[in-house]
Amino acid sequence: MNNAIESSGLSKSFGSARAIRNISFSVDESEIFGFIGPDGAGKTTLFRIITTLLLPDEGYVKVLGMDSVTDYKKLRKEIGYMPGRFSLYQDLSVEENLSFYATVFGTTVKENYDLISDIYSHIEPFKKRLAGQLSGGMKQKLALSCALIHKPRLLVLDEPTTGVDAISRAEFWTMLGKLRKHNITILVSTPYMDEAMRCDRVALIQKGEILAVDTPRKIMLGFSRKLFSVKATEKYRLITALRQFPATITAYPFGDSVHATFTGDIVDPGLYDHLKNNGVTHVSVNETEAGIEDRFLELMNKTA
Amino acid sequence: MNRFLGFIKKEFLHIFRDYRTLFILFGIPAAQILIFGYAVSMDIKNAGIAFLDLSHDEITMELTDKIISSGFFKKTETLLSYSDVDKVFKKGKTKAVIIFESNFGKKLVSEGKASLSIIADGSEPNTATLVTNYTTAIVNNFNLRFAGDASLNSVRIQPEVKMFYNPNLKSHFMFVPGVITLILILICALMTSVTITREKEFGTMEVLLVSPLRPIQIILGKVMPYFILSFINVILILALSWFVFGLPVKGSMVLLLAESMLYILMSLTLGILISTLSGTMQQAIFISLIGLMLPSILLSGFIFPIENMPKVYDYVSMIMPPRYFIVIIKNIMIKGTGLAYIWKETLILIIMTAVFTGISVRKFKIRLE
Repeated sequence: MNNAIESSGLSKSFGSARAIRNISFSVDESEIFGFIGPDGAGKTTLFRIITTLLLPDEGYVKVLGMDSVTDYKKLRKEIGYMPGRFSLYQDLSVEENLSFYATVFGTTVKENYDLISDIYSHIEPFKKRLAGQLSGGMKQKLALSCALIHKPRLLVLDEPTTGVDAISRAEFWTMLGKLRKHNITILVSTPYMDEAMRCDRVALIQKGEILAVDTPRKIMLGFSRKLFSVKATEKYRLITALRQFPATITAYPFGDSVHATFTGDIVDPGLYDHLKNNGVTHVSVNETEAGIEDRFLELMNKTA
Repeated sequence: MNRFLGFIKKEFLHIFRDYRTLFILFGIPAAQILIFGYAVSMDIKNAGIAFLDLSHDEITMELTDKIISSGFFKKTETLLSYSDVDKVFKKGKTKAVIIFESNFGKKLVSEGKASLSIIADGSEPNTATLVTNYTTAIVNNFNLRFAGDASLNSVRIQPEVKMFYNPNLKSHFMFVPGVITLILILICALMTSVTITREKEFGTMEVLLVSPLRPIQIILGKVMPYFILSFINVILILALSWFVFGLPVKGSMVLLLAESMLYILMSLTLGILISTLSGTMQQAIFISLIGLMLPSILLSGFIFPIENMPKVYDYVSMIMPPRYFIVIIKNIMIKGTGLAYIWKETLILIIMTAVFTGISVRKFKIRLE
């Protein structure tokens, strides 16, 4: 199998701020590869280098076998790019946006309709509506349709689910999954850790550096300790109390519970007394499986 | 080619969807022409004038009648003493007071000389100058006739002034070409710079750049719709000034339209240049309005003659494109001259267009930095 993307030692600075540092990774053809990291981690900069919009200071990236700097003209024909702000013309209708992008890429909506039909059918009833009046989820679907309309070999989606409701987010990932059968490589970034599970492989990125690249499963298994889910009535007081406990290594909020690790991977019996003394009641502690987020935080602390 | 046409179609959709753009394109030029043509008129019509006649004889009456019946003035008051002059000016309706000395008629007949004062309201210098010039002209005219049949023994040289091309010195002749010049550069530069920076601001430029569209196609696609619309605009302005002010085009219409096209093109490329220099729509609007409007009005020779300016301003005005187009359009419209008289200005505009295009295409970023 060929590599759809292969990068080595990519670095980029804006003035004195280093956006990404020494990024090397490779993406297989037709896989869904996710970049997971918080805002400001350098995801957008990296994607702009891959889509030929920025020049790297150091290193190189070969996309579909072409160099992002020298072969940019050829490369641009093969990429479907959906920037973080959905790049739609707010004053054009759904239909007009789509057919504009189709003509610009030298194709027609009809020609590649089968590729987008799954996605576009959701918004087709509103095709006369101006893009500016669509909901976040509909904008996202339209932007994806526009990015796909010329049947690109590589689809680059920069935070496609940011600012979109939970149901649309789930739908969106289902659509991406369906695109797999068209042999399109998908590069996607997201700040939501839970979305990592929908990718074939993910790279955890933080402060411009890649912390780990692997399948989501293996990344989770990489978690080095036993993880405990601690629940109590008052979460904030629980975290503070846990962090004061000498045997606690880490304690982070996770949904309605707190994920904690302890020295020796055991729950010290003194913990319950400590919590009680700090006014935390209804405590329950269970061992749990580490998620991507837990692994991310662990890796982040190691580098810090 | 299909790509390019698709792009142009999109641009037209943007323009027609946005009523404000359309209004700026067509409403403002029409309004400007009418405002400049009527409100900012430099001609006087029914200016208030008061008389202080200390003589009250046949000749002063006749002269008064002549002044009033000229159509330029309207009599506001008849004053009784010098002390009233200040009062009548303060009321604001009167722009000038004519004072005949006592025994005006008698002196004129017996001594061949009499004096008359014109006192004008200097707080409005333009009107004051006009009013005094008009009254002086009327008095001179009267003088000539009176002297003509009185005595022939004194030799006099009487200059006869005639205005070529604009015999009545109508200010429309000055404003219409000026407004066309101003409007075209403002609208073209403003519109193109705003539409390009808008794509940058909304993030759509990112996708356009990643698309196979070439920079020159994006630039031309942005320019083409405005080129067509501005050209229609020129025709509308010319038609409007013909129907409303009766302003003819003396020279070749074809030449005028061709020169207008050149000027529009120059303004559009200037707009693109502005857009490559500015990152946001606000910046683009600021540069186009402040950077272009004021110098265009003040330094182009539209209102203030360049010859009367200090040398420094003269040099500055040399880089202002309106300066050259004003010469061109005035020559063609009013004097009816051909290309032989304006080839220099035309050449300068062509060079400017080429330079702006060159810089824009070079500076147009094929990437985001």
